[in-house]
Amino acid sequence: MSQKSEKLIDKKGLRLDGRKPDELRQIKIEVGVLSNADGSAYIEQGKNKILAAAFGPRELHPKHMALPDRTVLRCRYHMAPFSVQERKSPAPSRREIELSKVIRESIEPSIFLEYYPRTGIDIFIEVLQADGGTRCASITAASLALADAGIPMRDLVVACAAGKVDDTIVLDLMDTEDKIGTADVPVALMPNLNAITLLQMDGILTLEEFENAVNLAMEGCRKIYTLQKEALKTKYVDVKEVEE
Amino acid sequence: MPAYFEGRQLVTPGDLIAEDEYIAGENTYREDNKIYASRTGLVEYENKKVNVVALRAFYIPKLEDIVIGTVVEVGFNGWTVDINSPYQAILRASDVLSRPFKPQKDDLSQVLDAGDLVVAKIVAYDRTHDPQLTVGEPGLGKITRGEIVKITPTKIPRVIGRKGSMISMIKQETGCQIILGLNGVILITGKNLEDEQLAMMAIHKINEESHTSGLTDRINQMLKEEKKKREEIKNEPKI
Repeated sequence: MSQKSEKLIDKKGLRLDGRKPDELRQIKIEVGVLSNADGSAYIEQGKNKILAAAFGPRELHPKHMALPDRTVLRCRYHMAPFSVQERKSPAPSRREIELSKVIRESIEPSIFLEYYPRTGIDIFIEVLQADGGTRCASITAASLALADAGIPMRDLVVACAAGKVDDTIVLDLMDTEDKIGTADVPVALMPNLNAITLLQMDGILTLEEFENAVNLAMEGCRKIYTLQKEALKTKYVDVKEVEE
Repeated sequence: MPAYFEGRQLVTPGDLIAEDEYIAGENTYREDNKIYASRTGLVEYENKKVNVVALRAFYIPKLEDIVIGTVVEVGFNGWTVDINSPYQAILRASDVLSRPFKPQKDDLSQVLDAGDLVVAKIVAYDRTHDPQLTVGEPGLGKITRGEIVKITPTKIPRVIGRKGSMISMIKQETGCQIILGLNGVILITGKNLEDEQLAMMAIHKINEESHTSGLTDRINQMLKEEKKKREEIKNEPKI
């Protein structure tokens, strides 16, 4: 671990893929890509390729899961067998089950669940290609899919990670940095309400480093938020041009 | 007294629209004296009330609403009807049959079967109960002919137009009868398929361009041009 980590940031202060420490990967977001889902979104963040679909609110099956006072939000995060170098078994792994829960809990505060009692909202996230930071990209895409489905929300949720690599705090870690770096801090944010809905940490950081990492991640979130918003609007802009 | 968006501007969920003395209307919510959007849509001011006209939403049942639904299940004493909403509606057998309903004698699937379409009115609905329908009024009941168009429920007011200008114009131009289900399902019945297709075209166009202005005139123009085109094709000498 320690011998390799010397190379993660070169003498010029650039990372393995030539990014500066506080630079995001290339991001491309599209909304409304699936016609059979109520709402959908696709995100490419660096080499990550993730598809999210949202359904509902709709009648919940099995019915005994329904709650009398609010909607049940369900979420499935799944990685395709071909999403990583070595074939991944398509059965949900322990990690995927945990991530499903983590993503659900980071999105739950943004939805007005009490509006539609006795119903269910489903989110399906399919990771087509993974390269670190999939939970963050998944949250960004899932939130867009919900907005596309016309589900009333307090705010969009956007997520981004920061971490420590070679004694430097860096933004938006990719797979190698995540694996051999010192720490990883994913943060999900509701940008307009300035509320954090997810905060995790993997690795060791001093208090000061942690604070810097969270601030950097939040800054990254706000950058992604502008792209996220633009993607949501683009769906309707084409029609707007007809006006002229 | 600030308002951060002008009327007819596009907002996404979480956008801060206005502050202080404004009143939160449809698809918005208030927190700490600030009004945010809760859906993607266009801002609309009604005096001090701020609404967001959603570009994408689903139908929530309301008492007295006329809806068009599909029968999905025949039960023991009624039908389950899909009304394009998070909740499935119930239509009772005793409501459809004008005489007392006898489960031993009456075969409900003879009256309405799965897949049948009905125009109905919502007579009961609240948070704890599924909506209940009635067909016992003039103009309601099973649909036997015509074409169905589905649009986003929030765009129904746009199809009606100001004081019904849009809908009456389409009716006049195409000669079709149009029943608007407030759940976003529209029934068009005309003399022939061509008229119906013309009306369908117009409604699809409204659905896609609902957030633009001067729509009634453009739809009118489109219908007239389309009619002319079809006339020309008909009058072409056959070789």
